[in-house]
Order: sequence, then C-alpha cells, then structure tokens
Amino acid sequence: MTRYLLPLVVFLIMVGFLFAGLGLNPRQVPSPLIDKPAPVFQLQQLHDPEKILSSEDNLGKVWLLNVWASWCVACRDEHPLLVQLANAGIVPVYGLNYKDERSTALQWLKNFGDPYAVSVVDPEGRVGIDYGVYGVPETYVIDKKGIIRHKQIGPVTVKSMEETILPLVNELQSQI
Amino acid sequence: MNRRNIYYMPRIKWVMTLLFVIFLLPSSSWAQEARPVAEDPEAEERLIALTEDLRCLVCQNETIAESRADFSNDMRREIREQIQANKTDAEIIEFLVERYGDFVLYDPPFKPTTFLLWFGPLILFLLGLGTLTVYLRQRRTLVEEEKPLTEAERKQAEALLNENKGKDV
Repeated sequence: MTRYLLPLVVFLIMVGFLFAGLGLNPRQVPSPLIDKPAPVFQLQQLHDPEKILSSEDNLGKVWLLNVWASWCVACRDEHPLLVQLANAGIVPVYGLNYKDERSTALQWLKNFGDPYAVSVVDPEGRVGIDYGVYGVPETYVIDKKGIIRHKQIGPVTVKSMEETILPLVNELQSQI
Repeated sequence: MNRRNIYYMPRIKWVMTLLFVIFLLPSSSWAQEARPVAEDPEAEERLIALTEDLRCLVCQNETIAESRADFSNDMRREIREQIQANKTDAEIIEFLVERYGDFVLYDPPFKPTTFLLWFGPLILFLLGLGTLTVYLRQRRTLVEEEKPLTEAERKQAEALLNENKGKDV
C-alpha cells in the first residue's frame, strides 16, 4: 500500500509548494522598511521651489506618500483614485515627484488633477533610494509617529484601497 | 494586362532592394558613442566587483553591474559616490540591504529565515542516503535468506553446468 501512497503524497506536497510558490509575484519585493521610521527628507515643493517640506512636518498625522512621475504610465491608472481619496478628505496624500521635470510635472497635474496636499521634487531619485523605490508608482502609509506601516508597489487599485490601505489608515488614525 | 505586369515586376524588385538598403544603412549610425571610462579605474573595479553580486530589482535576473535599467544606473551612481566617500564594501552592502532587503543580494545571508535554503540540499541528501541504506539492507537480507534448492532447480543447475563441459571456460 505505501508503495503506491508514498509517491502520491510526495506529489501532493510538491503540488502544494508549487501552487504557493508560483502564486507569488516576484515583482512584489517585501520592503525591509515596514515598521521602521520613514527616512527623513527635506525637499523643494513642486509648486513653489522656494518652500521646503520636511517629512518631519507630518509627525502627528497619518499620511500617504505617493511616488509619482509624469513619465510613469501606471501613475495615470491610479490617479483618479488618488483624486477621489483627496476629495473625500480621509487622509492627506503627499506626492514625491520622482526623477521628473518640474514643468512637465506641473502640466501633468493640470491635465489629470492634483490630489496632493503637497508634492515635493526628487529630481535625482536620491530620496527614492532611501525609501527603497524601484517601481513607480509606489505608495507608503506612514503613521503618526512617522513609522512606515505599509508599502504598495505599483498602482493603487480599488481593491488594495478598500481592503488594505483604508482599513489601515482608519486603524492608525484611531491610535494616539 | 500582361505587358503591365512585366513592366511592374522589376520596379517592385528595385523598390524592395532600396527599402532593404534603407533599413540596413542607418542602423550603424544609431549606435551610441562609447561612454568615457571612469576617471578612477580602481574605484570602478571595486564598483564592478560589488555590483556583480547585487540584483537589479527592476530586471530581476540581471545584476546591477550588467543591467542598463535606470534603477541600476542610479545604484551604480550611489555606490560610486560611497566608494569615493571611503565607505567599506560591508557598509555599502548594508546601506542597500537596509533599503531594498536581502533580495538585492545574489549571495543570500546566513540567518534563521534562510536556514532552509542553506540546509535544504543537505537535508534532501541525507534523506536520500537514508532511503538508499534501508533499501540496500532489505535487499541483502533477501539475498542472504538460505533456502535449499528444490529437486527441479537442482536438475536445472546441473543441466546448465553440463552444457559448458568440455569447453574452455
């Protein structure tokens, strides 16, 4: 009996491993920055280069940091959702304009709407490296103490918004 | 009708040839001029040695040394600057792992979460060795079991032995 059962069991174990392993998306590399303090930045604002925004200015509130660029096609997909989120006023979205030209970035916001409380510019992608950015768009959920609690790689979708980001924001906002 | 065809055929040939030549010609001039080699060849050597063991996160089967992706360009710039700032290799790698995780390393670190990765092959080897030993033992006991030959078997053996009699064995 075991003679026939054993190969079957081995086969089923392999199927289990393959099913789980092949279901993973290799593009979603887990960020080591989750539950770590968000890297501090002081960057020029997109709309007014004279003004500087520091990430520390946002301590005490839950906020989203959305990495975007006018050259990024997938950013257009998620943009209406961000505009909707901003209009709902649930959580402020800050933009990190990543490796972009100021004029095209401003034009892009004019065309598609500006959901950002403030957008800051990172023309050389240095703050991007600090945040472990490798695929724009990326969105970080940062809590009141300035800790990164979630990283969304790739465009925000209705599903990820409703199932992950909004419940998390809700939970974080209720914390003191 | 016929005459027209005869008239057109060579023209098409010419057009095709011309098109072919046009497609061929400029491709050589599209190639970019070689970038100048970095000013500091020693630092560049260190950069290459370091980046050959680092994964490009955008094109995941390439190293940062060989990838032409924007991401890898940025990484090389970052590492070049850190080399100039006299950082050690370990410090530079730590800098990258802090931001991108162990996934950037082609050489996985030795720690509890990777024990299965490191010991997995050994465990499989030992399992195989154990199975083989058990199998061989069982087989040996089968061979060793003494059983006297039956009358028929004895006759068969004798016949086989007689067959070879008289020959040079």
